Amino acid sequence: MVYDFLIAPFADFAFMKRALVGATALALGAGPIGVFLMLRRLSLTGDAMAHAILPGAGVGYLIAGLSLPAMTIGGLVAGITVAVLAGLVARHTALKEDASLAAFYLLSLALGVMLVSLRGSNVDLLHVLFGTVLALDNATLVLLAGISSITLVTLAAIYRPLVLECVDPGFLRSVSNVGTPVHLMFLTLVVMNLVGGFHALGTLLAVGLMMLPAAGARLWTQDITRLLILSVLAAMAAGYAGLLVSYHAGVPAGPAIILVAGAFYIGSLLFGTEGGILGRLMPARHLEA
Amino acid sequence: MISRRNVIISISTAMLALAAPAAMAAEPIRVVASFSILGDFVKEVGGDRVALTTLVGPDGDAHVFSPSTADARAVAEAKLVFVNGLGFEGWMDRLVESSGSKAKLVTVSQGVEPIASEEEDEEEEGGHAHAGEAGHEHGHDHDHAREAAHEHEHEEAGHEHGHHHHGGLDPHAWQSVPNAKIYVANIRDALIAADPAGKADYEKNATAYLARLDALDAEVREAIAALPKEGRTIITSHDAFGYFAKTYGVEVVAPQGVSTEAEPTAKEVAELIRQIKAEGVKAVFVENITDPRLIKQIADESAAKLGGALYSDALSSADGPAGTYIDMMRHNIKTLSAGLSS
Repeated sequence: MVYDFLIAPFADFAFMKRALVGATALALGAGPIGVFLMLRRLSLTGDAMAHAILPGAGVGYLIAGLSLPAMTIGGLVAGITVAVLAGLVARHTALKEDASLAAFYLLSLALGVMLVSLRGSNVDLLHVLFGTVLALDNATLVLLAGISSITLVTLAAIYRPLVLECVDPGFLRSVSNVGTPVHLMFLTLVVMNLVGGFHALGTLLAVGLMMLPAAGARLWTQDITRLLILSVLAAMAAGYAGLLVSYHAGVPAGPAIILVAGAFYIGSLLFGTEGGILGRLMPARHLEA
Repeated sequence: MISRRNVIISISTAMLALAAPAAMAAEPIRVVASFSILGDFVKEVGGDRVALTTLVGPDGDAHVFSPSTADARAVAEAKLVFVNGLGFEGWMDRLVESSGSKAKLVTVSQGVEPIASEEEDEEEEGGHAHAGEAGHEHGHDHDHAREAAHEHEHEEAGHEHGHHHHGGLDPHAWQSVPNAKIYVANIRDALIAADPAGKADYEKNATAYLARLDALDAEVREAIAALPKEGRTIITSHDAFGYFAKTYGVEVVAPQGVSTEAEPTAKEVAELIRQIKAEGVKAVFVENITDPRLIKQIADESAAKLGGALYSDALSSADGPAGTYIDMMRHNIKTLSAGLSS
């Protein structure tokens, strides 16, 4: 019974196994990225970057059709260009990062829409780029696994300066000049994870798997290590549960995964021990002394 | 004394006088067809007498088309706009309205017996939406007395077609050749109404083309008859072959529903794989307009083989395997036969 409900869908169908592997790989990379984005108050950056990637991938599609490498490279190039330009402008001009990022991603989006229209194609960009987690082939799985591996290794390498920059960027600048390269590497990782995510979930939903687990996890702990672990676990659980919901209830898989992650976030809002609503209404005992 | 100005005026007047009659005689009537298959029909019937603009071109997906300003201009300048109807071109009403076009909107599926996308509510839904199409107030003045009775009873049903979803109806009526013949007859009547001078041409063209469609129909039936009785189940990406299935007696299953917009669910994909395994379906087919990844995944998992690409909602480019409607149907039936018979 329990087996039929929880395990059998994955045991019986290879496409469910692939979807689970893909969602798990995505969770491993996107979970930690989301935590750092949140800590640096860049939560909306993910969404902006997703828009920046869209036209790049669309142009890749127009040139080479539904080809994994073309769409991946197109998305990476567009995303990284926008991220690097926005980062450089923020560090060297009077504009703050949010304003420069908004400017560049809008430029990228408009340029992409124009290029697509000039080609005379009527292919709806969003429609083409709606990835489906139920149709992951081997090449896409390898790409997703590769992206999450690179993400984890790179994050481990730049962990200390990255955390320091989240906490006290002024101090980091005073003791070292790795701040800028670390920031750019981090933005590159954001772009890579979004590109990976759009193959599985579509560009816009990919941001959901990045931000919702991180935001939810923050309501349970302040410790960064626990935050990272909890957000990865929550993202993985959302992938698993979302696929089950799609299988049993017959609803589309991508949105189901993100809605489960959203349920984790809302549950955390209510019951979270670190600033959740119920926690605030009923103060913990040790504060009463 | 002759001024320079007078000379210029008289020369230009003379030129105009020379040019005008010639231009009048050869001026083709401007028409717009919503997508490539309709465009092919209109070209066959209209011949040189029409200047045709097709909005959704080869390999394009009319379910999710977004028109450009050039398209709006073509619609604005057109005398006739041919649409499939049955909720296929959800964007067309808005386009016609916003372009300020005075064009007559001709719904070519007029008179086709519509089938519902879900079998259980076929009767009720079918009646409604058919009437809904007829209820559009676009002032077609060609004869459709047959529809008139419905028209007044169900006028509100016309609202269903403002959005993308098909309102429970399957719009892919052209996949059945007898329906294509209804399309052609409707196109002929509309062209004659708009351009009475060309009546003889249109009738001649339409009669010739209808004869070719009859031959095509026989060809398709023959090819289906040659298939083994047990193996007549066709799996495609989106549910575009309902009319084909009904007319020619095959079974069609698709994970995506009648619109390409819906995202498939894990449940549907799983059920489809179970069905393929249980019934021993031999081949699954991709379509020219849809994302092939899902259907490839299903083929891999169910051990059915990938039977090649079917053309469902759009023709290929002129040099492709399905440049015209007749070529498209031939290509599809050849692909199906090859996939299912081996």
